[in-house]
Amino acid sequence: MSLFEHTLAEIQELLRKKEVTVSDLVEESFKRIQEVDDKVQAFISLDEERAWQKAKELDDQLANGEVDRPLFGMPIAIKDNIVTQDLRTTCASKMLENFLPIYNATVMDKLEKAGAITVGKTNMDEFAMGGTTETSYFQKTRNPWNLDHVPGGSSGGSAAAVAAGEVPFALGSDTGGSVRQPAAYCGVVGMKPTYGRVSRYGLVAFASSLDQIGTITRNVADSAQLLQVIAGLDEKDSTSANVPVPDYMKELNGDIKGMKIAVPKEFLSEGISEEVRRSVEAALAKFTELGATWEEVSLPHVKYSVPVYYIVSSAEAFSNLARFDGIRYGYRPEDVKGLEDLYKKSRSEGFGTEVKRRILLGAFVLSSENYDTYFKKAQQVRTLIRQDFDKIFADYDVIVGPTTPTAAPELGKLVDDPLTMYMRDILTIPVNLAGLPAISIPCGFANGLPLGLQIIGKQFAESTVFRTAHAFEQVTDFHKQRPQL
Amino acid sequence: MARITREDVERLADTARLYILEDEIEQMTEELNKITEYAQTLQKVDTTGVEPTTHVIELTNIMRDDIPEEGMDRDLLFKNAPDHEDGQFKVPSVLD
Repeated sequence: MSLFEHTLAEIQELLRKKEVTVSDLVEESFKRIQEVDDKVQAFISLDEERAWQKAKELDDQLANGEVDRPLFGMPIAIKDNIVTQDLRTTCASKMLENFLPIYNATVMDKLEKAGAITVGKTNMDEFAMGGTTETSYFQKTRNPWNLDHVPGGSSGGSAAAVAAGEVPFALGSDTGGSVRQPAAYCGVVGMKPTYGRVSRYGLVAFASSLDQIGTITRNVADSAQLLQVIAGLDEKDSTSANVPVPDYMKELNGDIKGMKIAVPKEFLSEGISEEVRRSVEAALAKFTELGATWEEVSLPHVKYSVPVYYIVSSAEAFSNLARFDGIRYGYRPEDVKGLEDLYKKSRSEGFGTEVKRRILLGAFVLSSENYDTYFKKAQQVRTLIRQDFDKIFADYDVIVGPTTPTAAPELGKLVDDPLTMYMRDILTIPVNLAGLPAISIPCGFANGLPLGLQIIGKQFAESTVFRTAHAFEQVTDFHKQRPQL
Repeated sequence: MARITREDVERLADTARLYILEDEIEQMTEELNKITEYAQTLQKVDTTGVEPTTHVIELTNIMRDDIPEEGMDRDLLFKNAPDHEDGQFKVPSVLD
């Protein structure tokens, strides 16, 4: 049995009892990567030498009985848009193929302090723009449950790495579903915290009003513990929230008797596959058994989420990606004629098609003649979507629905048609537009591919989301299923 | 709603400091039209008097005392620069 079948708490106990060493954990990780990553292709870069060195240091501390940090000796994989000092950070783009960050993201400093060991950087859609990890410049990551299918995206490498047992957990980022959707497709737990809960310092910006770093784990308790480590106010991110972080583990185990669950009818309408609908209905029956009640509600404006999202996120991306100019860092081609040509050639050759498409869309919606029709209008509808959620949360504790309309699609099926690809995000996008916390947990299978249940909470109510997810996990075993690789 | 033309895409690309290749431009034009046509559904929503959302959590200005701190090491800042000289980023000549 893999060591990573244990929960984080169990592994910490094994370390304390000296039944395993940190080197064992690191070996488990690299051994598994060696075995399966040729097939899964979750990693862009590995950090083997430093990981081993760190393991030895921690094992020395272990010998002195110093297992007092929350993630002591835990191998972790990091999405390749989170900057890691002296470890290549590419955003899966040719633009940053050789980029070596000179500082750490705040979450990396926190992980380091907590005793975690970075084993490598995971594949993603280029600059996090996509839902299949197919827009990566480097490689196509496969779904560990069926190698002909996508792992989802944009944090596809992180979700696949956890599902394949290469690491016990990983970090991703979620702008429109990029943690929850691949977690659902890969049968693991994906948590997107409230906007502002986790510092974005060192997360390469895609859409600054939507981006949030999230966790990918094998169970809900690990998710809560990992978030505990990375959450909190950071003076380096002025949008990080000055809201106290509760003790998530302490609040995990309460029952959900009397909890009021809202089920938006828009989340189970047309386009949702029969298997997904059935798995959500079965989950609701479980919640009823656990003493919660649920009612159907309506979020009338969520049907506009997809256009609102693509307008807002592309506008923000247009401005954020202006920094890639071929001068201070990033790709620069040979043989340029003047400064203008340098900018244009660097960007045209450095960015892939999907990134360029979104930059152009951003330029379009921000241009003076279109600003009111598109950008301002989208921001106004965003307000209406937020108000829809506010109204529901005045009467209910959580919102429950599917994470995705279907199980993971086959490779190559969506990438050619942007509009169809965008439509698949309709269940996850509204959550980012309203800045809410949401988790995806395994809730069933369709043709051998995992399905995810999404639980959405009020702003900063991650505890309630965790408790609901944990209660479901206690009475089901979907999260214990493993792919055969 | 006027359709986005090939010339529009060329102009947008110029604003975004991008070259769009000949064989990409037709496809980009078509795709942008598809996406913006779809975005037209927003025009049906009555947003009279609705404040736009720029941010989902309340942001306030953060004040602190103006105390100088150690900045990033300058040599380190050039680590990823494609070209630099004498403590400056180097670009091709701006004027002909």
